[in-house]
Amino acid sequence: MRSDRSTSAPPGLKIAAAGGLLFLHLPIMLIFLYAFTTEEKSYQFPPPGLTLQWFAVTWNRPDVWEALSLSVRVASIATAIALVLGTLCAAAVSQTRFFGRETISLLVILPIALPGIITGIALRSAFSMADIPFSIWTIVLGHATFCVVVVYNNAVARFRRVSGSLVEASMDLGANGLQTFRHVILPNISTALLAGGMLAFALSFDEVIVTTFTGGQQSTLPIWMLQELIRPRQRPVTNVVAMVVVLVTFLPILAAYYLTRDGDQIAGSGK
Amino acid sequence: MTAAVLFENVSRHFGAVRAVDAVDLAVAEGEFFAMLGPSGSGKTTCLRLMAGFEQPTHGHIEIFGETAEGVPPYRRNVNTVFQDYALFPHLSILDNVAYGLMVKGVVREERRKAAEDALAMVKLPGYGARRPGQLSGGQRQRVALARALVNKPKVLLLDEPLGALDLKLREQMQEELKTLQKSLGITFVFVTHDQGEALSMADRIAVFNDGKIQQLGTPEDVYKRPKTRFVADFVGSSNILQPEFVTQLGAGQQLASLRPEAIGLNSKKEGQLAVSGVVLSRSFLGASNRVTVNVGGTKLHVMSPASSPVPEEGSNVTLSFAPADLHLMETTP
Amino acid sequence: MSAITGEQAILIEKPGLAGRISDFFWKHPHVFLAVMLAPPLLWLGIIYLGSLLALLLQSFFSIDDYSGLVNYEFTLSTYGQLLNEANLDIIIRTVSMAAIVTLFSALIAFPIAYYAARYARGKWKAIFYLGVMLPLWSSYLVKIYAWKLILAKEGILTWFLAKLNLLWLLDAWLSIPVIGGNSLSVSYTGTFIVFVYVWMPFMILPIQASLERVPANLIEASSDLGSTPQQTFRHVLFPLALPGIVAGSIFTFSLTLGDYIIPQIIGSSRLFIGQAVYAQQGTAGNIPLAAAFTVVPIVIMGLYLWMARKMGAFDAL
Repeated sequence: MRSDRSTSAPPGLKIAAAGGLLFLHLPIMLIFLYAFTTEEKSYQFPPPGLTLQWFAVTWNRPDVWEALSLSVRVASIATAIALVLGTLCAAAVSQTRFFGRETISLLVILPIALPGIITGIALRSAFSMADIPFSIWTIVLGHATFCVVVVYNNAVARFRRVSGSLVEASMDLGANGLQTFRHVILPNISTALLAGGMLAFALSFDEVIVTTFTGGQQSTLPIWMLQELIRPRQRPVTNVVAMVVVLVTFLPILAAYYLTRDGDQIAGSGK
Repeated sequence: MTAAVLFENVSRHFGAVRAVDAVDLAVAEGEFFAMLGPSGSGKTTCLRLMAGFEQPTHGHIEIFGETAEGVPPYRRNVNTVFQDYALFPHLSILDNVAYGLMVKGVVREERRKAAEDALAMVKLPGYGARRPGQLSGGQRQRVALARALVNKPKVLLLDEPLGALDLKLREQMQEELKTLQKSLGITFVFVTHDQGEALSMADRIAVFNDGKIQQLGTPEDVYKRPKTRFVADFVGSSNILQPEFVTQLGAGQQLASLRPEAIGLNSKKEGQLAVSGVVLSRSFLGASNRVTVNVGGTKLHVMSPASSPVPEEGSNVTLSFAPADLHLMETTP
Repeated sequence: MSAITGEQAILIEKPGLAGRISDFFWKHPHVFLAVMLAPPLLWLGIIYLGSLLALLLQSFFSIDDYSGLVNYEFTLSTYGQLLNEANLDIIIRTVSMAAIVTLFSALIAFPIAYYAARYARGKWKAIFYLGVMLPLWSSYLVKIYAWKLILAKEGILTWFLAKLNLLWLLDAWLSIPVIGGNSLSVSYTGTFIVFVYVWMPFMILPIQASLERVPANLIEASSDLGSTPQQTFRHVLFPLALPGIVAGSIFTFSLTLGDYIIPQIIGSSRLFIGQAVYAQQGTAGNIPLAAAFTVVPIVIMGLYLWMARKMGAFDAL
């Protein structure tokens, strides 16, 4: 009898797994190479030469800065709204047993389970019916809606662990509801919320499909990039922006990973 | 004297389930009170009713003469040691112990001092800086105890506090808890499913089954004079004798219990009742031998000290016991 | 020992608003629940479901052919229009693409998930996790852009195949009708590759989660009972991993169904549902038809989610 755990993987599986991961990563690495190419007009490979000049050019482009600034503002506000709504929802679902919690989970998941174009066009036609002019707030409205689920998913698992005897212990020791929230619940869920917030930020920062319908004349960074992809003006600038976007989205993902990992260890040791 | 905890006809229903069904009980001040029963018998729900985590569906609860129903747990001067200890994982041991004082607004210096004293009392001095995850199960149990006691509760509730500990540690903690209770004079209400624990620690025991109290009395009462078949079975082991068998002994047509250690093997004394039977099996248990004897179709277990001789399987033996040890019970259930 | 004397058994109510609010919510847990649920439910219910229903309602209106304005009278004619040959063609094309993308995503994702679940330990487990999470969360447009770089005529793929003297293979592939084209970046093959690349990561984690729930001794038991590894896979592992695959396929299928950017940037000029919706609501100004088009993915995903739930796939999410 042999144990599956102690033996090493069959070579075929190793190759397939490694191949799959390479397939995922090679194209992204390519972006890094192209940011330094001297070629301006085409996507020639290998690049005829390498240069740093496009970083300076990009730095001096006001349209890139405007798009970046709008994206950061939208993502920040949408994340804040999603944090409040997602946390409330997770708290309600995990602290009590009431009928209909499955329906609520479904409702929260729906905005990302249905294709983004549906959310986008639904919001757009609702805005036009209600005579709401496009602005940063119409973008935020859409983004917050699909960011709720990320916060909710992160918070609901942690809430389940905090609820029950820790909350009872706090009340038993004389803490009322608000004190219990401040001294026990919040410290225990904070890393999960932070991680959820990071992911929500990344999701909003990168969103393009819903934004094309709710954005009107203004460009977030992804909208700017989409325009460059459809009608390229200065390809090397797009290359540089693409690389920066990859780097910027990596940070919250890594941070979220380390936050939830440590959090699990802390919460797990409490038992 | 007012009771520390008083239940008057208290019920707690969860839908159709009657977790606690019309319970009356009075815990005296300064008493070590045990609630004993199998899981699902309602003992833990009773404890949660005292702590305020549950509210009674019917009935009335008093704590030191004050009405308790409708009062949230944080306004009861009652503290709980939880079964899984429920230490706050994000706080140090000292902050865990000082938590109750902190939320009551005791100043920092004072509550640190109190928490350190409480830790010393449970023999964990100097452990304040550690985290719950760095302590062993036994140590966490002591921290949970210190965290509750530092608030000087009028009643301390303990929910299976020793359940997660191994045998050696459990026996040691039983001793310590008893000593602590005597020296502090605080009323302890203790939930357990371990009859040995209840018998050795409690001043009085309430035996629960199906949401009702089957019997309430001193350990000796409950052990020697079980009122019902359930109590006889659950508290220690017992030979349950059918009414027909009891009639043959000349003691009236009633169900009776007879403790295995009350029976003598081939050692009838003056004034004892005696029956004879055939040894079916025997097993060595260390300090004693358990012998199973067939007496006219009824199997009786006999616990005899390891020092006395053990009859062979198949041999005829005389079983004898004092009439007082034959305890008659209510026939139902 | 402390200033707390513990004289009373029941403490008096804490003064102040915070204490009163706490007491109120403790006594009325249902009110508390309602207060917590109201903001998210109102937001999702009014903003999201409200817009969605308003949109669906519009699919029962029609557009006036002469004025180009919406005629607010109940009619099924827009749905009739949806089922004409050209539009049906779009629907079939999109659904087949979504199905094939889902199938290939599962094939590529399974070995990664299987390795990560059964063999990767400690540091490697973390590397695998991040190795999936980073591409999954990387910018959608950047990923598409990267493939534009790769699939372009002068790009890396052509260069690589030229080095291997395999350009004839590419040309042969591109000359196949339907899936071929002028270059990979304007062919269905290109669209397909990018779809798989962009959505496949969503398949890995659910499969991994369901595989991790298979106890190791189940596999030992199976091999102990004389199964070959292939039989163990077919009769034990695969059925247990199926909920994970179905959960992952919800994403790959749904995301492919609604995407309009990938086929617009990399692909032929033939439309997918997303592009049709975009075109109908934008340049054509035919909101009713656009709305009717969105009903297709909603219905398909509704059926899909219902099926997935029956298979227990939601536990693997």
